[in-house]
Order: sequence, then C-alpha cells, then structure tokens
Amino acid sequence: MPADSDNAPQSLYAAQEPVFPKRVSGWFRNLKWVIMIVTLGIYYLTPWIRWDRGPQLPDQAVLVDMAHRRFFFFWIEIWPHEFYFVAGLLVMAGLGLFLFTSAMGRVWCGYACPQTVWTDLFILVERWIEGDRNARLRLHRQKKWDVRKVRLRLTKWTVWLIIGLLTGGAWVFYFTDAPTLLVNLFTLNAHPIAYTTIAILTATTFFFGGFAREQICIYACPWPRIQAAMMDEDTLTVGYREWRGEPRKHSDAVKAGEAQGDCIDCMACVNVCPMGIDIRDGQQMECITCALCIDACDDIMAKIGKPRGLIDYLALTDEQFERQGKAPKKVMSHILRPRTIMYTALWSLVGFGLLFALFIRSDIEMTVAPVRNPTFITLSDGSIRNTYEVRLLNKHGDDRPFRLTVTGDPAVRVQLEGTPYASVNVPANKTHLQRVYLIAPAGSDPAQAERSDVRLWVEDISNGDRAYKDTIFNGKGN
Amino acid sequence: MAQKPEDKPDVGTTGHEWDGIEELNNPLPRWWVWVFYITIIWGVWYTVAYPAWPMISGATEGYMGWSTRANVAADIEEAEAANAEINTRLASVELTEITSDAELQGYARSAGEAVFNTWCVQCHGREGGGFVGYPTLSDDDWLWGGTMEDIHLTISHGIRNEEDPDARYSEMPAFGRDELLAEEEIVQVVNYVMSLSGEAQDPAQVEAGATVYADNCAACHGEAAEGDVFQGAPNLNDAIWLYGGDYASLMETVNNARFGVMPNWNSRLTEAEIRAVTAYVHQLGGGE
Repeated sequence: MPADSDNAPQSLYAAQEPVFPKRVSGWFRNLKWVIMIVTLGIYYLTPWIRWDRGPQLPDQAVLVDMAHRRFFFFWIEIWPHEFYFVAGLLVMAGLGLFLFTSAMGRVWCGYACPQTVWTDLFILVERWIEGDRNARLRLHRQKKWDVRKVRLRLTKWTVWLIIGLLTGGAWVFYFTDAPTLLVNLFTLNAHPIAYTTIAILTATTFFFGGFAREQICIYACPWPRIQAAMMDEDTLTVGYREWRGEPRKHSDAVKAGEAQGDCIDCMACVNVCPMGIDIRDGQQMECITCALCIDACDDIMAKIGKPRGLIDYLALTDEQFERQGKAPKKVMSHILRPRTIMYTALWSLVGFGLLFALFIRSDIEMTVAPVRNPTFITLSDGSIRNTYEVRLLNKHGDDRPFRLTVTGDPAVRVQLEGTPYASVNVPANKTHLQRVYLIAPAGSDPAQAERSDVRLWVEDISNGDRAYKDTIFNGKGN
Repeated sequence: MAQKPEDKPDVGTTGHEWDGIEELNNPLPRWWVWVFYITIIWGVWYTVAYPAWPMISGATEGYMGWSTRANVAADIEEAEAANAEINTRLASVELTEITSDAELQGYARSAGEAVFNTWCVQCHGREGGGFVGYPTLSDDDWLWGGTMEDIHLTISHGIRNEEDPDARYSEMPAFGRDELLAEEEIVQVVNYVMSLSGEAQDPAQVEAGATVYADNCAACHGEAAEGDVFQGAPNLNDAIWLYGGDYASLMETVNNARFGVMPNWNSRLTEAEIRAVTAYVHQLGGGE
C-alpha cells in the first residue's frame, strides 16, 4: 500500500489527559458543597449514633450484625427470614433512580455518587495544597522534582491517604460495635478482616479519588450507559444554548464579519469541568451534569451584562421552542409528567407496602416444619404421633415463656420434647428449636384419616401475644 | 445537540454504520493496555504458583503447594481441634448431665444427628422411624430400655454380636422348629397373644393359649406380657410389633424365633460420638 499520511493508522491507545478543574463559585457549587457535607456526614457519623434496645441487644443505631445475622436500623430489626425488606428497599432504590433519571438525567452522577463526592473532596484538598488550576498546571509541567514540588506532592498524597484511611475505617464500623472496634483497631486487637477491609478501601479511595477520577465514570462505570437509555426529550440535562451563543468570538464566522453570539469563548466552562470536556460540543457521554459549567458561565454573563443561562439545565424540547423564539417549558413541567408520576406512584406503592409489612409484623414468630420421614409413629397404646420441628423466635430483649397449643381437632393434643409442660422459655433475642409432638389417640378420626388440617398456636404467656401456623397431621391412612 | 464526527476531526470513524449512526474510532485509554499486560503476567504467575498444567500422570503442583485435599484435611483438623474441648466434656460428664446442660445438649443433638445419619440410618431409618425387624427408636417402647444409660450401653456394646462379650444377649427358643411345643399349642398361644392387644379371637383357643403362655413364655415376657427390658423381652400387650403383629408373622416368630443383631459401636466410634448419638436418639421422642 502506498504511504498516505491521511490514512496512516492512528495510535490505538491514548494517554490519560490530565484535568485541572478551576475553582468556581455559584448556586450549583454551593448546593454541591451542602450535599457533600450531608452525604459525607451521614457516612462518617452514622455508626456512632447510639440507640438503646435493652440489655441483650447492641446499642448501635445502624448495625449489620453478620455474626448473629441481624440488621439493626434504629427501631427496626431485620432477621434473615425478613430479607424481603432489603429486597424491597433495593426495588425502591431502583425505582428512585428511574424517577430521578427520567426527570433530571444524570443527577445522581453529578451530585450524590460517591465517586463524584470523594473526587470533589480530593480536588478541594489538591487546591488547598497546590493552588488553583494555573498553579497546578505549572506544577504538573515542571519537569524538575525540586524540594517544593516534592513537598507539595507528598503533602497532598498524605492528606489523600488520611482521607482514604478514614473512609475505609468508617466502613467497618457499620459491622460491629463502633467504639469497641475503634479501641481494638488502635490496640491491634481487631479482626484481620477489619484491617484487610480498611486497607482495600483506603487503597481504592486513594486511587479512585486521587488519580483515576473521571476515568472511572468514562470507562469503568456501567451506570452512565444505562442512564442514557432512560432519558427522553423532556429530561433535564446540562446543555449549551448554541442558538444563543454561536457564532462565538474567535470563530471563522465572526472573523468573516457575522454578528457575534453571546459566547465570548472565554473557556471558563471548559476550565472548571472535572471531566475535561467542552460542554459547547453538545451532549456527550463524559458529562456527569455536575452543573459547575453553569455557575462558571453565569458568572461571565453577569460580568459582560448578558442574561444568565447560556449554559443551563435544558431538555431537548426546549431547544425546539427556543429556536422558534417561543418561551421554553417551565422546569416543573419537565419534572411533573406522566412518566415521572408513574415512577413516583410505583415507588410510593412499594414504600407503603414495606411500611405496612413492618407495622403488622408481630414480635412473636414461629416456623413449623413437619418431619416427613417417618410421616408418623405408632405408640404402644396405638395412638398416632407426628413430629414437627418448630422454631420459635423471640425478638424481644427479655426471655419470654411461649405456650404451644393446637386447634383443628379436639382429639389431637400437644407434647413438647424434653419437658412435661406445654410451654417453653425462649431466651432473649434467640431462635429456639423445639421438637413438638402432636398425638391422636388410637381409633380417633385424625389417627385413622390420611391427613387432617391442624393449626399450631404459640402464645406469649406474659402478655398474650399470639401467632399461628397451619400444618398437616398424618394418620394411618397415609 | 448530538455530537457529530466533524467536531472531532482528529478521530476518524471505523467505517461501521448502522442507520446513520457511525462508530467513532476513539483510541483506548492507555491504562487499559497496562491492565491487560498485568493480567497476562498474573496469569503466567498463577500457572506457576498453583496447580495448573496437565501432565501424563497428574498436573503440575505449583510452588505454593496449594491443594483442595490438603485444605479439607486442615479444615477437618481445625474443626476437631475446635470441638476437642466440648468432646472431652461430653465424654467425661455423667450421662444424665448431657440432657440437662443446654450447651452439651445442643452440641450432642447436632453431632449425634450427623453420626446417626452416617451409621444408624441404614437400619433404623430417618429419625429412628424403624423398619420391620429394625426397632423404631422414636416411639415409647424399648426392648432394652430407653434411659440415657440403657441407650448408651446398647449402642456401645451392641446386641447379639460375636465381637463384644458385653453385648446385650437374649435368645428366644424356636418353639416349633426345635419341637418344644406342638403345632396346636403354637396356634393357641398365638391366638392368646393377639387377644392381649385387643384383637378378638376364638375364646377356646385363647383360654388354652393362656396356659401355654404361662408355662412357656411368662418367664421372659412377664405374667401380663408386659415384657422385660433386662432380658430384652418385648412387651406383647401393646400396639408395637417389631416383626409384625398379624397371625402369619406371629406364627413365624413362635415357630422359628427371631435373632436381630447390632454391632458394638465402641469399636468404631469414639466415646464422645457414642454419647452424642445417645443424646440424639434419646430426644427423638421415646427417651425415658
């Protein structure tokens, strides 16, 4: 093939373009500061909230107790068999993301995603130590590692590492009693898993927040791809009013004498972008809609005496209206439409369902598993006995006496293994496995029949709380 | 607001086009390539470190010496070490203490279930449900007694085996085969025994059978046919029949006798295992 410079194969790989976001101030930046403080505050402080549950139970408000297979959330306590609550919460989280995405695009990415929040924090540290965009650029381009550069870099990395350590450290407190673990961590008595978890999370926080940053969003995260598929023409997203800004200053059109648009090509929007893109090129997959370019551009527009909003939250439909010289739709009409209302309704439905399930849940619970092999045993007096493995759950912080009774056929009576009494003490916060026998006298209907329906009742003698389970009594006809 | 290729003149297209959508030929990020190289290096290291390459008689072992078999052996050893203390306690306490100590009882029940389902379930059935000729362990009738001590002794030494001199031993005579009783007398005594558990029989046969019973059977089975756990003589007046309570089965039993055998488990199980399975059997529903 003849050498042809136009068709020469370009490199298959590209180095990461370093991004140096410039400091910006404005409404969206302030909103992001608030969200950062709130989300980081929740993350770091939640494990330290105390909640008194009585002497036998942990007093940590939010605790994932792996060892005892319990999840504590303030006054709510989830046992393993109630895992559907967690599934329900995940369904709600999913629907919530659908709702926010169809209304406001990648608002999760721009404001609340941990990658965004921690990167923001890391950039803040970077700015405090190395200075704003221009200073950082100079430091980056300076080839020689003199004392100043080494000092600045080491300081920055150390602070990042401390943040990473605190981040990884906060995570493990959700899984065991926080004050005890903190002491154990420092006295080197904590479990190796705690140290390993902290080490891994410290490393990922340090690396993702300090170095990988926008690369995670662009190449590693599947969520932007999914989100893009859930947006429609009414979804609000960050955009550039091309019809108002173009032709921009310095463009060929302006040089040729055409009237200049509102864009003075000051690059303020590009300089503040944490993703390193130019929003004026249009919607692109790198954009996390953090809205910092809106703040930057509004600032410039105010300085040159033009109305704000050259870069703004826009929907595709706005473009059509504005190009025709009409007023764009109101923001609320983008947000309140059948699709978002439907998502809200579904979300609320699941939420109310969960709340309902939570409130009708009794704090006395029983599971009954009939022993199927052998189906029944003949006793010496000819009566027929069935065995049941009964699990009694005491969700209280005190020991409780549970009495078992049976209804369904007056001939059938209950007997408990290991005790002549009809009641059994279940320790606080424990599941008690009790073998329970149902006995039908020789010749009685349930003893002769193939099977009879019976209902096993459990009652807390101390306060009269009751629960029941329906099961089957197998007779000789079986 | 769609991005057009001409906005990025430095990036061509791959030439692929679907419905007017063209694929830009953006370069891969270089760190991806590095990650790719690292996975290759890791892959090579992995085949050296762990068992990997198939050879003629086995595979390369890898310098880390990792093997699933060794891991299982280590796990078993670890579990045994972890249970050593409670096993020692289980093997040394009074037998009755096992049922009153919640921790020992819980452990013995779980461990005993595992032992039972490995060694005992073949004859005695799931949950000690029993089969014809193999006693049900979960009912309220015991040949050799249902206390912890009785069950422990039976399991340790077995029944009618040749290996253990302390094995439970009793033998019913074959009244028919050895011509100890006449055919007629056997029919009479079978009728009598069936009447004891409430089945209506010919009164004349029953009356004659009562005499035969008193002379030949009562010594072991008791005057009221209530059985005797010291001799392993079954109760004959209840609803439970090891070999069947119908006429044909009873004729067979009286004519030829029965001779059930159980191994002495003290030669195969540890004392802790025997005690665990004792506690398990005791709580199946018949423990005394």
